[in-house]
Amino acid sequence: MEFYLRILIFFDKIKSFFQSLFSGELFIEIREKFINTFIVGDRWKYLTDGLVVTLKVAFFAVLLGIVIGFIVAIIRATNINTGKLKVLNFFCKIYITVIRGTPVVVQLLIIYFVIFASAKIDKSFVAILAFGINSGAYVAEIVRGGILSIDIGQMEAGRSLGFNYVQTMWYIILPQAFKNVLPALGNEFIVLLKETSVSGYIALQDLTKGGDIIRGRTFESFMPLIAVALIYLALVMILSYFVGRLERRLRNSDH
Amino acid sequence: MTTDVLIKVEGLKKHFGKLKALDGVSVDIQKGDVAVVIGPSGSGKSTFLRCLNLLEVPTDGKIYFEGIDITDPKCDINKHRQKMGMVFQQFNLFPHMTILKNLTLAPMKLLKLSQEEAEKRAMELLTRVGLADRANSYPSQLSGGQKQRIAIVRALCMNPDVMLFDEPTSALDPEMVGEVLDVMKNLAKEGMTMVVVTHEMGFAREVGTRVIFMDEGKIVEENTPSELFTNPKSDRLKTFLAKIL
Repeated sequence: MEFYLRILIFFDKIKSFFQSLFSGELFIEIREKFINTFIVGDRWKYLTDGLVVTLKVAFFAVLLGIVIGFIVAIIRATNINTGKLKVLNFFCKIYITVIRGTPVVVQLLIIYFVIFASAKIDKSFVAILAFGINSGAYVAEIVRGGILSIDIGQMEAGRSLGFNYVQTMWYIILPQAFKNVLPALGNEFIVLLKETSVSGYIALQDLTKGGDIIRGRTFESFMPLIAVALIYLALVMILSYFVGRLERRLRNSDH
Repeated sequence: MTTDVLIKVEGLKKHFGKLKALDGVSVDIQKGDVAVVIGPSGSGKSTFLRCLNLLEVPTDGKIYFEGIDITDPKCDINKHRQKMGMVFQQFNLFPHMTILKNLTLAPMKLLKLSQEEAEKRAMELLTRVGLADRANSYPSQLSGGQKQRIAIVRALCMNPDVMLFDEPTSALDPEMVGEVLDVMKNLAKEGMTMVVVTHEMGFAREVGTRVIFMDEGKIVEENTPSELFTNPKSDRLKTFLAKIL
């Protein structure tokens, strides 16, 4: 009986939808919602300001992640290949285990509320630190795999010419490893960009938080959240495009 | 014996766990020698060669290169490796660089040659091995024989005092062996000191100034090619030669 009633209500809704569509009421409603969400009180600024914060955090976190990741990867690969750097490798393994074993939100909260407990500190700096350190662990494992995938003969050829270990890594191994892991790295950066959306946990006003603030002001969820989602989608598509272009350029030597 | 000893090896040992790949090898390589090392697989001949420039770190024994003990941990091996060119079975060209870049990288970074100087020298050597037109190709566009000739040129670009060849023709299609051996023959004619691990007995006989026969990590017999091939003394060498000739 209840089920029957629900179907009736559903059809009623569809009827009124088409009615409003033909009378133009729907467009008026959408227009009102749009104005209320983005125009009134310059609310669109929550999104643009948030976007700037998101881009800033993601960009510097990626840089930090690359630096940490490559250093850790080189230490780990060196240890595996030569058995040296035992102590450093031990710490790198702990770092990777802890970072990959705990949620990024928890890491962000710990860095903000525990490590910088009462210090007055820029929230976006904390976010960069947290996401950079987090990303570093994943980048490290990706790059380590890339380094180990390069034939040992490349290292031997470099060393036999008189390059030292670091020079051989820099001129010969890393460029090849980088090319091999670029798709995986690109993927990691896309994940990182989206992960910054939890920055709101430390009250940093990033893109997601901006949309959420609008939702709180207008009690209207659809417009701001869909807008936020579309902006992320656009960012990721742009990022994918550039990673793809870089990949094609680097692949030129593999005929 | 007044000739210059370029490489002096004393009691060289290399153990991989329980396996004794090298079990006390002593030999002198004179300047201008073309020393060909032969022996059955697993005899330690490749390990011996790789010990000469310390790609394998010896378990025991001494190696003197141009009078300096390179097994001494205090010695900067990278400096000495610049003077010891090495050619590998698998070529090991750098696939992400053009041929010219492959050849000029080490001279520019290590010998501090200018790009012009390095490229001029590289092009000269490329012309000599008949591959000047491939300077801007990538290694993956070359045949095996071409790759190995490039690998030889890459080592030569560093102007080494000795060239080490680790089975340079073993990974090649039969019809490409000749072009690589020709380059090596010319090199020998110019007076380059060479240590060659190979299965090419023809090359050993024709080009070698001495042949070293190794088995089970030891030098079993050593002689001039004509003596060693026509008049083997040890039974081990006799059975080896009987199998391959």
